Amino acid sequence: MQVYLPIAEMSVDALVILALGAVVGFLSGLFGVGGGFLMTPLLIFLGVPPAVAVGTQANQLIAASVSGVLAHWRRNNVDVKMGVVMLIGGLVGTTLGVWIFGRLQRLGQIDLTISLTYVFLLGTIGSLMLVESVRALIRRRSPQLSRGKLHHHIWLHGLPLKMRFQKSKLYISALLPAGIGAIGGVLVAIMGIGGGFLLVPAMIYLLNMPVGLVAGTSLFQIIFVTAVTTLLQASSNQTVDVMLAFLLLVGGVVGAQFGTRAGSRIRGEVARTLLGLLVVSVALRLAWDLVAPPDDLFSVITGIPG
Amino acid sequence: MTRRHGLIALSALAGAALAIVLAVFTSAGARAQQLVADLSSHLIAITTGFTGTEVVLFGSTDGPADVAVVVTGPRTTATVRRKSRIAGIWVNRDKVVFEQVPSYYIVATNRPLEQFVRAPVLERHQIGLAHLRMEPKEPPTAGTLADYRAALVRSKQRAGLYGVTLGQVSFLGARLFRTNIYFPANVPTGLYNVEVFLIRDGDVLSAQTTPLVVSKVGFSAEVFEFARSQPFSYGLAAALGALLAGWLAGTVFRRV
Repeated sequence: MQVYLPIAEMSVDALVILALGAVVGFLSGLFGVGGGFLMTPLLIFLGVPPAVAVGTQANQLIAASVSGVLAHWRRNNVDVKMGVVMLIGGLVGTTLGVWIFGRLQRLGQIDLTISLTYVFLLGTIGSLMLVESVRALIRRRSPQLSRGKLHHHIWLHGLPLKMRFQKSKLYISALLPAGIGAIGGVLVAIMGIGGGFLLVPAMIYLLNMPVGLVAGTSLFQIIFVTAVTTLLQASSNQTVDVMLAFLLLVGGVVGAQFGTRAGSRIRGEVARTLLGLLVVSVALRLAWDLVAPPDDLFSVITGIPG
Repeated sequence: MTRRHGLIALSALAGAALAIVLAVFTSAGARAQQLVADLSSHLIAITTGFTGTEVVLFGSTDGPADVAVVVTGPRTTATVRRKSRIAGIWVNRDKVVFEQVPSYYIVATNRPLEQFVRAPVLERHQIGLAHLRMEPKEPPTAGTLADYRAALVRSKQRAGLYGVTLGQVSFLGARLFRTNIYFPANVPTGLYNVEVFLIRDGDVLSAQTTPLVVSKVGFSAEVFEFARSQPFSYGLAAALGALLAGWLAGTVFRRV
């Protein structure tokens, strides 16, 4: 069933997009991540202009985060105060990101930037995740070692503007969560991802937040950042395709339900190892495209004056 | 004063028009209706289910002759960038900006062009990809202009917007002709020109231009129009819609 996408100005098979949404939704439910890092490259691969893929992805992520956050909200797993502080940083970050995006687009370097940030971030985080989870898998078999102390303090915790976060039982500088939020915001705008896979480890290892609150709080924050990104991308770059977002959303919501159920049946370390492998292979694939001689040395963009 | 100026301008215009008409008639041998052609449809409507479409061009000549059909889409700017290797990575480096590049361009004839028309004639009427005028804003900083032009044509051909081969105009008898023009799903919107040339003894004797409109209609047109005219409200609607959809999904699947 062919459907014409009004903003991407192309015709796609609706079933392919629905299936894509379902598969990525399944994986995101399984691993508890947004899945944007898979969706954007896949959309670009299908021929959707990169700018439209990124802008639309921000729109689709709103829905994914809302449905995700509801489950955490019911279990009282959202630190609203922390979320709001991160959000303030996130809004600054996304404004900056949308501006950078437009600027690079005019310079003709947006595709390269998207690829490079993907390779760098996914490569680093994927490898870390893989190493950590494989270690955890091994540790399970050997006798349990002492965990060490709960909080370890580093220089980042000495920053000014200290704030008390009752729910997370933390007394830390507000600049820290705001800074993490800001980096997440830039990523939403440039890469079209929620940034959960970056925010979650940062919140665990840098903020020392209780692990149970991390997923809900990051999702809560991502809702607003992606909403503002959608607004900015739509009004300044005109790259949000609601038709595409709707199809992805329907597939994604259904897929995520099955993913979550499957996720509860496999062990955490196994899930993290698989996710690590997936992330690293996406990074390797993109890295290969950067170094391999391209099929055509030339690329053409119509409409936008250089 | 202005009235007199207006009158002078008007008579000058009328004189020019008369001269053109006379020139056409004398060179064409004063025969009326050498060429008549029309399209099966003057509007291509891009609806939500649009997957590309075909338009039939048909017409008749006043006797044995050759016919060339040129379809040109709205002209836009195109930026062609060339990658080179920097530190092992392929990066866009040099660029050439072409202006007035047709977004769609196909040619159909009843037999290979070179057999019956000389290059200057093709050049003048821009018949054939080799004779299509695409001027760069500035010369390239590296590489030859021809490489960039070829890359542009190649890219358009890959998108199915430029003809890879000549289309076929078929004659039914000596005077009636027809050709099918295919428009792919990614056809750009705008005003298209369908030019039909009547060629005899290697010269264009008569030409007819028919407009063709490619336009989004229905839901996709409304979405596009909304996104262009009120981008902020569009973004707001998109964000709110997604919020609602996410909430709906979250509550519905809670019970399952």
